[in-house]
Amino acid sequence: MTRDAALLLPSTEPVTLIDPDGHPVPVGQDMPDPQALLHAYAALIAARRLNDQAGALVRQGRLAVYPSSHGQEACQVACVQVLDDGDWLFPTYRDTAAIVARGVDPVQALTLLRGDWHNGYDPAATRVAPQATPLATHLLHAVGVAHAARLRGEPTVVMATCGDGATSEGDFHEALNFAAVFRTPVVFFVQNNHYAISVPLDRQTAAPSLAHKGVGYGIPGERVDGNDVAALLSVLGAAVDRARSGDGPQLIEAHTYRVQAHTNADDPGRYRSADEVTPWLAKDPIMRLETFLRGRGLLDDDTIAAYVEQASLVAERMRTGLAGEPETDYRDLFAHVYAEPTPQLLDQQALVADEVSRD
Amino acid sequence: MTEKLTMAAALNRALRDAMRADDTVVMFGEDVGPLGGVFRITDGLTAEFGDQRCFDTPLAESGILGMAIGMAMNGMRPVVEMQFDAFAYPAFEQVVSHAAKMRNRTRGKLTVPIVIRIPYAGGIGGVEHHCDSSEAYYAHTPGLHVVAPSDPADAYGLLRHAIASDDPVVFLEPKKLYFARAEADLTAPVPPIGTAVIRRPGTDATLIAYGPAVPVALEAAEAAAQEGRSLQVVDVRSIVPFDDDTVCDAVRSTGRAVVVAEAAGFGSVSAEVVARVTERCFHWLHAPIRRVTGFDIPYPPPKLEHFHLPSVDRVLDAVDDLQWEDA
Repeated sequence: MTRDAALLLPSTEPVTLIDPDGHPVPVGQDMPDPQALLHAYAALIAARRLNDQAGALVRQGRLAVYPSSHGQEACQVACVQVLDDGDWLFPTYRDTAAIVARGVDPVQALTLLRGDWHNGYDPAATRVAPQATPLATHLLHAVGVAHAARLRGEPTVVMATCGDGATSEGDFHEALNFAAVFRTPVVFFVQNNHYAISVPLDRQTAAPSLAHKGVGYGIPGERVDGNDVAALLSVLGAAVDRARSGDGPQLIEAHTYRVQAHTNADDPGRYRSADEVTPWLAKDPIMRLETFLRGRGLLDDDTIAAYVEQASLVAERMRTGLAGEPETDYRDLFAHVYAEPTPQLLDQQALVADEVSRD
Repeated sequence: MTEKLTMAAALNRALRDAMRADDTVVMFGEDVGPLGGVFRITDGLTAEFGDQRCFDTPLAESGILGMAIGMAMNGMRPVVEMQFDAFAYPAFEQVVSHAAKMRNRTRGKLTVPIVIRIPYAGGIGGVEHHCDSSEAYYAHTPGLHVVAPSDPADAYGLLRHAIASDDPVVFLEPKKLYFARAEADLTAPVPPIGTAVIRRPGTDATLIAYGPAVPVALEAAEAAAQEGRSLQVVDVRSIVPFDDDTVCDAVRSTGRAVVVAEAAGFGSVSAEVVARVTERCFHWLHAPIRRVTGFDIPYPPPKLEHFHLPSVDRVLDAVDDLQWEDA
């Protein structure tokens, strides 16, 4: 780790390797290898399909709500692709696509938003923490998980995501500070999509960028084009490598945009204009990678069709898995409050059992 | 083997013995390293176990709690010290939304076996923000155990139970009892969390107390005995889970009860005790249950705290009010 402020500062512009038109940008950093880019492309197709399908399931009443990562899929897939099996992901509520990209069953990943339980997958087995709906609180848990692993000498890196709004929370500050002081291997990945529900970025911070906040903690910060999966793989991959090699925590800010509403319950027309959104549609992460890969002869219609078919299997799994009413059991309400239910909880469960038996 | 020691020494011994017995037990917080904590509860732990097992953190309580939760999610048993009761409030969200709920959110896939040690309550002449009785905030949150010892032996045993527990435990350490010496046999087992105990037998009325109020209740019972009245004293010990059976059996045996607690009475643990006992023991009661609690005021400045704290005289007055003329 360095205390030289100049070495901690991010680049003046976000790192871009492929521009919105699909052309490579001549910079000092290496382009990820073709296999990595093809893998990312397939994952982008799957993530977009997941977002679209989840939106449809909300309209059908199968999901209570869905905060979409539409337009941010490059961030979703890249932050997972750079991890090893033994690493952890600490996602937020908008990161369902990342969770599924990590290998979690989409139906289990959507349990929270379907409403049959709070968290539907096994965080210990999948090394994916429960989706955080409070802001920034989970970043401290990420520090703790990483610190415990480090005390045991394990090579674990923790990828902890948050949005631009969460950087205003006290726990964001405390997490970065603790991680830096204890030199824990955490990559703090801020998806700056420019909105916290309705509040724009300039009401969250007066800093030059969110990545600049790292210098205050002694953490190197970097900015990356959040719609360029090649740049994300490169920047996040390097950050993971540095964290794993003992260089301590890293702060990466991805510049992206929430092209859809906060959730289906939101009305973005009240706080932003279509004119603001339109330019971002042209920066879509999928098209630029597709153009780039086709230009290099790495992608053809047949391959794309195969990826679309794979993605449709995920959508099919979502439709069938989320069809009908979920099965719930009132005993779950009492079974997991403590390791052993208290006598009082057993009494309360008996009350519900009696009511159920009379129904 | 009994020895005479303070609660502070007993707590230190409990931490030391737990850390010797289990490598996953780690202790951290503010000033708990080389200094040994402002009350010296962690004295010598860094020297014996190294600064990876007992260490100082940045001065940020939410950070301490949040990091402890993450470490617990990944196989450790952290014990954290909040330096003072009122300085634990920055960690409140981490305690109530995360430590308390992680097991429930994940249906037991993730657990948070942490102990949150909080030096608490008053009676030490502390300036503002150093003397809160904050137990009700935690007791109201499902998923937390909340315990408060009242003597060195129980402090040792309860802390060992708390560290061994697979659930988060808020461990309230009555500051004014830290340095009182008492005979204790630390090798003798103490009842588990969730168990109240009878500290003094009696037949006329039952005093129900916990933490710093227990010595007050015992002193009141001694004074009452001089006047020919036999008061039973129940030490709640475990606020959550609450031992309805022991407390209610005690009240039924005497038919009269006074709850003694230092916290403000409104919306309090003492109110919960009265409600629970009344619901279960109404037909055994000869008088409404009385409470002697702190007033519903911010904790007073040092020169005024004696007006606020439950006193032996106030307890005896409450006992006198238990409608003896109808007996």
